Amino acid sequence: MILNSKIPEGKLEDKWRNYQIRSKLINPANKKKLNVIVVGTGLSGAGAAATLAELGYDVQCFCYQDSARRAHSVAAQGGINAAKNYQHDGDSVWRMFYDTLKGGDFRSREANVYRLAELSAPLIDHYVQQGVPFAREYGGVLVNRSFGGVQVQRTFYARGQTGQQLQLAAYSQLYKMINLNKVKMFPRSEMMDLVVIDGKAKGIIVRDLRNGEIKKYAADAVVLATGGYSRVFRLSTLAIGCNGSAIWKAHKRGAFFAGPSFTQIHPTALPQTSESQSKLTLMSESLRNDGRIWVPKQKADSRKANDIPEEDRDYYLERRYPGFGNLAPRDIASRAAKERIDAGYGVGRLKNAVYLDFKHAINTFGLQTIKDRYGNLFKMYLKITGIDAYKEPMQISPAAHFSMGGLWVDYELMTTIPGLYAVGECNFSDHGANRLGANSLLQASIDGYFVLPNTINNYLANALQEETVTIDHPQFEKVENEAKKRIQQILDVKGSKTVDHFHRALGEIMWQECAMSRNKKGLEQAIDKIKALKNEFWKDVRVTGHDKELNTELEKAYRLADFIELGILMCTDALQREESCGAHFREEYQTDEGEALRIDKDYSYVSAWEYNEGNFKLHKEQLQFENVTPTVRSYK
Amino acid sequence: MEITFKIWRQNSPKTKGKIEAYKVDGITEDMSFLEALDHLNEQLVLKGEKVIAYEYDCREGICGQCGIFINGRAHGPHDHITTCQLHMRSFKDGDTIIVEPWRAASFPVIKDLIVDRSAFDRIIEQGAYISAKTGTAPEANAILIPKEISDKAMNAAACIGCGACVATCKNSSAALFTSAKINHLNNLPQGKAEANNRVLKMTKQMEQEGFGSCTYTGACEVECPENISILNIAEMNARHTKAKLLR
Repeated sequence: MILNSKIPEGKLEDKWRNYQIRSKLINPANKKKLNVIVVGTGLSGAGAAATLAELGYDVQCFCYQDSARRAHSVAAQGGINAAKNYQHDGDSVWRMFYDTLKGGDFRSREANVYRLAELSAPLIDHYVQQGVPFAREYGGVLVNRSFGGVQVQRTFYARGQTGQQLQLAAYSQLYKMINLNKVKMFPRSEMMDLVVIDGKAKGIIVRDLRNGEIKKYAADAVVLATGGYSRVFRLSTLAIGCNGSAIWKAHKRGAFFAGPSFTQIHPTALPQTSESQSKLTLMSESLRNDGRIWVPKQKADSRKANDIPEEDRDYYLERRYPGFGNLAPRDIASRAAKERIDAGYGVGRLKNAVYLDFKHAINTFGLQTIKDRYGNLFKMYLKITGIDAYKEPMQISPAAHFSMGGLWVDYELMTTIPGLYAVGECNFSDHGANRLGANSLLQASIDGYFVLPNTINNYLANALQEETVTIDHPQFEKVENEAKKRIQQILDVKGSKTVDHFHRALGEIMWQECAMSRNKKGLEQAIDKIKALKNEFWKDVRVTGHDKELNTELEKAYRLADFIELGILMCTDALQREESCGAHFREEYQTDEGEALRIDKDYSYVSAWEYNEGNFKLHKEQLQFENVTPTVRSYK
Repeated sequence: MEITFKIWRQNSPKTKGKIEAYKVDGITEDMSFLEALDHLNEQLVLKGEKVIAYEYDCREGICGQCGIFINGRAHGPHDHITTCQLHMRSFKDGDTIIVEPWRAASFPVIKDLIVDRSAFDRIIEQGAYISAKTGTAPEANAILIPKEISDKAMNAAACIGCGACVATCKNSSAALFTSAKINHLNNLPQGKAEANNRVLKMTKQMEQEGFGSCTYTGACEVECPENISILNIAEMNARHTKAKLLR
């Protein structure tokens, strides 16, 4: 199979317009006859569902949470980027395009990234219109701040709650369409599998989490908006319920998985403090605008942070990357922290953290200004750690965060299964090998609000001529039975170890071998270890209760079963890519200074993996750079 | 630490529930309250018993999905936090902790500590939005919003929809939740066009869902993780009166 990314003709800046001019339209009377399933209600899912419904399609929307409002988009604190150039500091669509492409270490498509930057400004207009209370100046205009990997101020924010406020806007717009009977909402409903008929996505199998009932839903197209999969590491900044099952099921049904090993480790999370920990809380990257990161110059310095004088502190990001300093991109900041911690300079009880210090900022700008900028983050830090960060530095540590990888999609956001789309974090599209801060809310929103509603018509126009598939088609019953069987298999194991036991084991392997730093031997061993873990899981896991009830342990179990398989693919991908790029750092490929060494002549492609009975076959989509020349990504 | 949890167990919405006691060892001060329950659940699984059902998602105080009544208080012994932000260092070795679901007729129990808060979604459905379609927006800075107004809207908009306000209220009133959303939108210029309709429809739905009336005791704002002020309720009532007069 040859991957066709369907990049439109024309100059970079004309491509999206050219696409829209040529794509097929559907008249309003016919749109009513078309039904779209959307799985997930974060910014991409709720945005897509609401907008598709506004356009006239009938939409069925699903989420596993108790309400569509809870999707993990809520957790993004810092902001959303847009090339508005309100600060008059030289920003433009081109610069944002270039920053994003470079931030992703030239492992994403020019045309996709350009479209992301191009649509960013209208997106801010949209959210303002929807009532998002973005930060304002006294005169009433919008405020911006900086984020990592960028030298202009293009980030819009709503206190430390940007994700929550955008999510509420998307969720409210969704409920507006529910009220108009254009969307049917199914909360507490989890997709168990995808139904593919004659090669096209035609529906899903869903488990009602309240009572365990398995249900079938048919549609003319299926949109996955199911978020990231970094819970494969178990300890991550993600919500506990976040999982990779929907995209994994789609992958097993034929959708290619692109760049699975491209997962971002965020530099500013709270450090792990105990074995039983379930979650690493993120502290917004925006803190790096004013906070300075350091470790003691002396190994195992036992003095308290405030007792260590300036000359004994190593501001290692400022030292290594004077051009960007504390605002170096995430992958670089995380690796630099790991380097210091591994070398024995870590701080905190478990020596697994670095300091993030606001002393200088408070001296320069005053306590009140810092409170205005980050008040709720400091409050959150106090609640969790019991420490007042206005008085002593925060302790932070790298944690698994975003997944740049995901289902392979073309320019229309369609996967390799016709009629199956992937939007937001669950696709691979725009971030390459590393995502810049405040580009996540952006990409999710652009995909859901602006791109998908303009591309799905190109497919659905043909669906009008086809016979409508209903859940009476025998394929639905077949897939339903397979889903039921898998659940029963898990319950039947009746082993001696808990689901969390296996998840901890998987997380340890993945964190050791497939996180910030990877090597051939480690990855090969990891694959063997995960395969062994998989066998052990199916022999020895214990899940109590039954399948016809609300059973949180069972939910964890079937999600973990998929994570284990995904872990194998991630390591396979990391092993195959013999170069370092962005978040993918192979120890064998680094410069003398310890920076990532990209090998463009061999690896300037998107890896798209095809599932084949437990094995994976690699397909390559060559990346064409017609407008920029990939350079060494320097932030010095 | 060794803790005795006395936990509400209820198998389904229709069955009767009761409090059951669990003595749990091996709890550390660093554990969050929910991690302590995770720890208990692992032990239950190994004993072949059904796990306790409770809700959570983000575990960082922002999604609003967790919510447990702990020792008679919504989200536990501290003000302005969520259940997931509560840590075991707030308790002593040997403590007994009473763990119950939100208690409100409009939040029926689904199982154990999980309740159905979909009434909140139905209040939102009645008008917590600006009826403009995607693609119709004017340039963002064309709408000037002075900082005071935008800050005021943001203070109200911060609600995470956890339901602690209802759970703690002796009348099970949803006035703080509903007023926060109304004031967020009605304070902004974008929300003015539908302001009167919004307040009338949302408050009507709030009453239809069976939430009680507000008697202004202020209990809700103490438990609110986002510190949303009870003044929002007064503001909503004023807006409601005005909207009725103008109708």
